[in-house]
Amino acid sequence: MADDLRSRARWVLFASLLAAAVTAAVCPFLGGSGMDYGKLWRQESPDWNIFVNLRMPRTLLALLTGAALSGAGTLFQALLRDALATPSTLGVSAAASLGAVTAIAFYPAEETAFPLVWLSALAGAAAVIGLVIALGHLRRFSSFTLLLTGIAVNGICTSLVLLLHSLAGITRSFQITHWLIGGVDAIEYPVLGLLALVLIPVFIWMLRLSRVLNVISYGETWAAGRGVDFRKVTWQGFAAGALLVGGTTAVTGPIAFVGLLVPHLLRRIVGPDYRLLMPASLFGGGAFLVICDTISRSAFAPLEIPVGVTTALLGGPFFVWLLWSR
Amino acid sequence: MSLLALENLTFSYPGRAAVLTGITAAALGPEVIAIAGPNGAGKSTLLDLLSGQRRPESGTCRLQGRDAHQIGREELCRLVAHVPQMIPGDVPFTVEEVILTGRIPYGRGLYENEDDHAAMELAIERTRLNDFRDRRFSKLSGGEKQRVLVAAALCQQAPILLLDEPSAHLDPENEAQLWELFRALRDCGHLILVVTHHLALAAQNADRVWLLDRGQLAADGPPCDAMRPADLERVFHVPFHWHRSAEGRVFLTYGR
Repeated sequence: MADDLRSRARWVLFASLLAAAVTAAVCPFLGGSGMDYGKLWRQESPDWNIFVNLRMPRTLLALLTGAALSGAGTLFQALLRDALATPSTLGVSAAASLGAVTAIAFYPAEETAFPLVWLSALAGAAAVIGLVIALGHLRRFSSFTLLLTGIAVNGICTSLVLLLHSLAGITRSFQITHWLIGGVDAIEYPVLGLLALVLIPVFIWMLRLSRVLNVISYGETWAAGRGVDFRKVTWQGFAAGALLVGGTTAVTGPIAFVGLLVPHLLRRIVGPDYRLLMPASLFGGGAFLVICDTISRSAFAPLEIPVGVTTALLGGPFFVWLLWSR
Repeated sequence: MSLLALENLTFSYPGRAAVLTGITAAALGPEVIAIAGPNGAGKSTLLDLLSGQRRPESGTCRLQGRDAHQIGREELCRLVAHVPQMIPGDVPFTVEEVILTGRIPYGRGLYENEDDHAAMELAIERTRLNDFRDRRFSKLSGGEKQRVLVAAALCQQAPILLLDEPSAHLDPENEAQLWELFRALRDCGHLILVVTHHLALAAQNADRVWLLDRGQLAADGPPCDAMRPADLERVFHVPFHWHRSAEGRVFLTYGR
C-alpha cells in the first residue's frame, strides 16, 4: 500500500505538473491578435515584446494566482472540515479587497502602485486572521462558528468597500471598479518575482503539511490524540491562507470560483488524501486560471473580458453539475 | 515503578466548580481498569488529563515515572493512545487509512514506512478487520467504526490505551468481543482504561474498577470490592444486586 500511494502520488504530481507546464507553454502563443511566429523567432518587435513583456508575465501571474487560490481553497476545506470553504471563508478575501480599495481611495494615484496596494491588501487579510486567532485564544470556536463569522466579516468588508467606492471621486471610483472586476493583467517581472518569493515557500509548506491535514479531517480530539497540535496547525494554516489570498488579491483583484471548483473537481479524480490532492490543486489551479485567462482575452477579441467572469461562467455550471452528479 | 500514577489530581474548567478533586490512584502493570460513574462524574475529563489533552490544576499524572506534562506531544502519544467516544462519521478515508493515523507520532514524513504497515497489519489482525480494510470508514456501522478506532489506537503501539465508552454503539455480540479483545491486549502487556456505563460487563471483565462520584474517586479495587451494592446505590441512586448463577458466575443487576 505504501508503494501504491507513492506511485499514485508520483503520477498525480507528474500529470498535474505536466498540465501546468503545457498550458503555461502553449497559452502565451494563443490570443485574439494573431502572432507572427517568424518575428517571434527572430525576436523582432512588436511580437517579441508582446510575447515577452505582456503574455509571458500575464501567464505566469495566472499560474501563480490560480495555484494560490486553489491551494488556499483546499487548505481552508481541510482546516474547517467543510467542503464549501473557499478563500473568501473567514472573510479573508473581502478583507484583502477592503485593504486594497482603501489604498486606492485614499492615496494619490502615483502612490497606489504595486507595493502600497499589495501591502494594504495583505494588511487587510492579516487583520481578519489576527482577529480570528485572537478570538480563538479567548475561547474555543467550532468550524461552524468560524464560517458564520466569515460570512459576517464578508458582509462588513463588502459594505465598507461600497462606502469607499461611493465617497471616492470619479477617477478613483473608476480605478476601484476596475480593480474590483478582477483580472490577470500584464505585470512587471520584479513584481512577479516578489510574488513568487512569497507564494512558493507557502506552497512548499502546504505540501509538507498534507499528511497532517489528513488527520485534521478527523477532528480536534482525534488529531490531538495522534500528537498533532490542532490549534497551532489551524492558526498556521489560516496565516498561510491569508498570505496566499492577500498576496494574489492585491495584484489581480478578487477572482471567484477557483478555490471552490478546482479542489472539488480534483477530489473526485485523485480522492480525498491531501498528499495527492494538494499538489494536484496547486498545479491544477494554476493550469485552470491560465486557460480561463486565455479564453478571456480570446473569446471576444479584440475586447477582453475579466478573468473572474470566465471562471464564474465556466466554473458555476460545472460546479452545479459536479454536485448533482454525485 | 508504576506504569501510571495519579497523585492528588484536580481539574476544573474555567469559571466552573472542580470536575475532578484529589484523584490518587495507580496501575503497576498490565490490567483492564473500568472507569465508572454517573454522567458528569468526570470520567472523560480524567481521560483527557491522562492523554495530556488538558493540564491538571494541581497534582501530577506520571507515566512510567515521568510527569505526563513534561513529555513532548509525540512521545506522549507513543505512551498513551486515546480513543474518544466517536470521530466525525463522514471521514472520507478507508479503514486502512484511518488505522494508519496511529503512526503519526512516529514521524511526520509524507508517507508511512514498513514499520508503520507492519503495525497496521498487526492491529487489523487483532481487531479482525481484515474483511473491512479497503472499505470507506463512513460506510461502516457504529460497531465497526468503533473497532476501527480501537485498531488505530493499537497501531499507535502505546502501552497505555484509554477508551471513552467504546461499546456505546455496539450490539451485545460486538460488545462482548470488544471486552474479550481488551483482556487479550492486557495479556500482551497493555494497560487498558475503559470509561463505561455498562457496569455488568465491567464487573465481569475488568480486573479493577475506578468508581467516580462527583469528581472524586469513590472506590478503587476489584469489581467485587469497588462495586458493592451500597456504594453503587449511593453513587447512582438506584439499587444494585449481585447474583451467582448455578455455574458459579457472578452477575450485577440494577433497578427496583
